[in-house]
Amino acid sequence: MKQFELVDTPIDPQKYSEFVLHPAAGAVTVFTGHVREWTHGVRTLYLAYEAYIPMAEKKLAEIGEEMEEKWPGVRVAMAHRIGELKISDIAVVIAVSSPHRKAAYEANEYAIERIKEVVPIWKKEIWEDGEEWIGAQKKYPEKGSR
Amino acid sequence: MITVHYFARLRELTGKGEESLDRAPLTVEELLDWAETTYPGFGKDTIHVAVNEEYARKEDVIQAGDVCAFIPPVSGG
Repeated sequence: MKQFELVDTPIDPQKYSEFVLHPAAGAVTVFTGHVREWTHGVRTLYLAYEAYIPMAEKKLAEIGEEMEEKWPGVRVAMAHRIGELKISDIAVVIAVSSPHRKAAYEANEYAIERIKEVVPIWKKEIWEDGEEWIGAQKKYPEKGSR
Repeated sequence: MITVHYFARLRELTGKGEESLDRAPLTVEELLDWAETTYPGFGKDTIHVAVNEEYARKEDVIQAGDVCAFIPPVSGG
């Protein structure tokens, strides 16, 4: 595995948790984002994710750098899956270790928010009666994403 | 020549994942205008452009050999 990666096979969160664990870490937070069946009353059959893979991995690594600057001492590993995912499959995993728990929680939430803002990954929802590419980007990302 | 990549909705709209263009140098804004004209419904006002895997500003200039990507609103996570 790589520290920051796009994968097209099922995600094993344990690998990322183990990657960030080290003797000075007193806390590890692991966030897994899953495919949800119901969104605002609409039933999803499955999702299809695609990505601009090299840029997406670069952006994940940049988010990791941002986290290390904001919460010194954290260690981070992240992966996002692409391709077709079924209900409850893991789409994204974020593992963060830190000496104390507060930074591990905060940095982890920061990571998922930044992923949704700047990482070039797209989700298509496939329903019983149609499909649509979803996009919620609110603002022009700043150059270099900082 | 520059290479342009299309993803998600734009890949389906254009019917291709990438193509080469012999238009450099041009600005990001000019590239977006070209795309809107060439592919009606492109939706340039919601699309960002990455040049060599980094988000670019509308006034940035694309040079021959650059690799560009149209980035529609992202929805990872």
